[in-house]
Amino acid sequence: MNAINFPANQPPDRISASIVPKMTARNIDVFYGAKQAIRNVSIDFSREHVTAFIGPSGCGKSTILRCFNRMNDTIEGARVTGEIRLDGVDITSPALDVVQLRARVGMVFQKPNPFPKSIYENIAYGPRIHGLAASRADLDGVVESALRRAGLWDEVKDRLKDSGTTLSGGQQQRLCIARAIAVDPEVILMDEPCSALDPVATAKIEELIDDLRGRYAIVIVTHNMQQAARVSQRTAFFHNGAMVEYGETSMIFTNPVQARTKDYITGRYG
Amino acid sequence: MADTTAHTVKSFDGDIAQLRSIISRMGGLCEAQIAAAIDALVTRNVDAAAAVVAADKRIDVLEAEAEAMAVRIIALRAPLAGDLREIVAALKIAGVLERIGDYAKNIAKRAATLALAPPIGPVIIVPEMARVVTGMIKDVLDAFVDRDDALARSVCERDQGVDDFYNSLFRSLLTFMMENPHYITPSTHLLFIAKNLERIGDHATSVGEMVHFAVTGEHITERPKSDNTATITPHNPSPRE
Repeated sequence: MNAINFPANQPPDRISASIVPKMTARNIDVFYGAKQAIRNVSIDFSREHVTAFIGPSGCGKSTILRCFNRMNDTIEGARVTGEIRLDGVDITSPALDVVQLRARVGMVFQKPNPFPKSIYENIAYGPRIHGLAASRADLDGVVESALRRAGLWDEVKDRLKDSGTTLSGGQQQRLCIARAIAVDPEVILMDEPCSALDPVATAKIEELIDDLRGRYAIVIVTHNMQQAARVSQRTAFFHNGAMVEYGETSMIFTNPVQARTKDYITGRYG
Repeated sequence: MADTTAHTVKSFDGDIAQLRSIISRMGGLCEAQIAAAIDALVTRNVDAAAAVVAADKRIDVLEAEAEAMAVRIIALRAPLAGDLREIVAALKIAGVLERIGDYAKNIAKRAATLALAPPIGPVIIVPEMARVVTGMIKDVLDAFVDRDDALARSVCERDQGVDDFYNSLFRSLLTFMMENPHYITPSTHLLFIAKNLERIGDHATSVGEMVHFAVTGEHITERPKSDNTATITPHNPSPRE
């Protein structure tokens, strides 16, 4: 087993050292033009734990999330330095096939964004272009399996030909999660996946995240601190582009080490 | 880690201040109840003892207020970290203070009974014991309101003195009863009064531990226990170590 090595400014005693990380990031800096958005962030995450990123707006939590599947490549003027590895392999190389990377590192966004196609096609599209299904029967199986894992199958099995956009907001978000799962990723990045959903739909997504833990390494950015406390086992607090504290969720929310973390989570910030 | 800065939502600070104030008032009432019960015991005043019994309801009412306030804060503010620990501590402290109030009430009931029996000598040790436990209650609640961990821990250390009082009184009363069998009834009442004070000391100590947790986020794991009367036998009125 590889031990997780943390820089001196992050307390290693708060992180279990016996878990093999799925992704490792070291000394990440991100610039948008001349403006530095992320400063020297190093973090690991694994399949065993859901990792939550919290922090005030503009702290860089979505920016760092986008580093893990090279989504920052799509932003003009964005520049990322440092080292990010998936299963030990560097993913920052310009030669890397980012389409393949994004199949392994899926993403779910704040606003559900189903394709304007049928529910079936929303799921089938990825496996088809990645060659994950040899026949129509295979593809049917992949679609059903993804919808089942996303907890949506029973609600949509009789209307697979309907457009994905006819679903409710919460169902659309679970459709997007099913779409991410369908290509059999290893990591799922979620950028405020519940912020546009009502409490019932939010609860279903949280339940789903709990079900998916262990199978995928999940990283979730959320503004809802109670949600971070509920769904994650590891929490990282970001402020002004730096990672202030990273540790067990139970400790971060009951007894954080850093004064800035405490001020933020107890509502004494700004 | 004391929270020195204010919440962005100012009414949250107002809620916490109100909860602290309820707990403080409960503590003040507990101190007054214990002192009044002991005074009724020493002055053999049945009416004063009855007044203490009646006044216990005020502590019960405050406990309900504290509970409602804590539930309201948890529901509306979703407190975290030091705030969460303080609210949980306040909820538990309110329960402990209500129990302390019950002990004071029980002391007053026994004081009324003792007022009708012939006076017995060992009663003179009780007011000093009561003074120590009321001092513990006062300081531990000051520690809660001021988030003063050092003061809270010093209160925990003082419980040893209360236990020493109790052990000493237990032995004296045992000897006294053996020598004067017709004083067994008043002596037994006095022993229960001392036991109540000893339990109040234990409760003040546990409040000290709750304050320590609220302030530091860490639990005190070991507590010395020095009431050793449980091992005393009728044939050997000194504790087996």
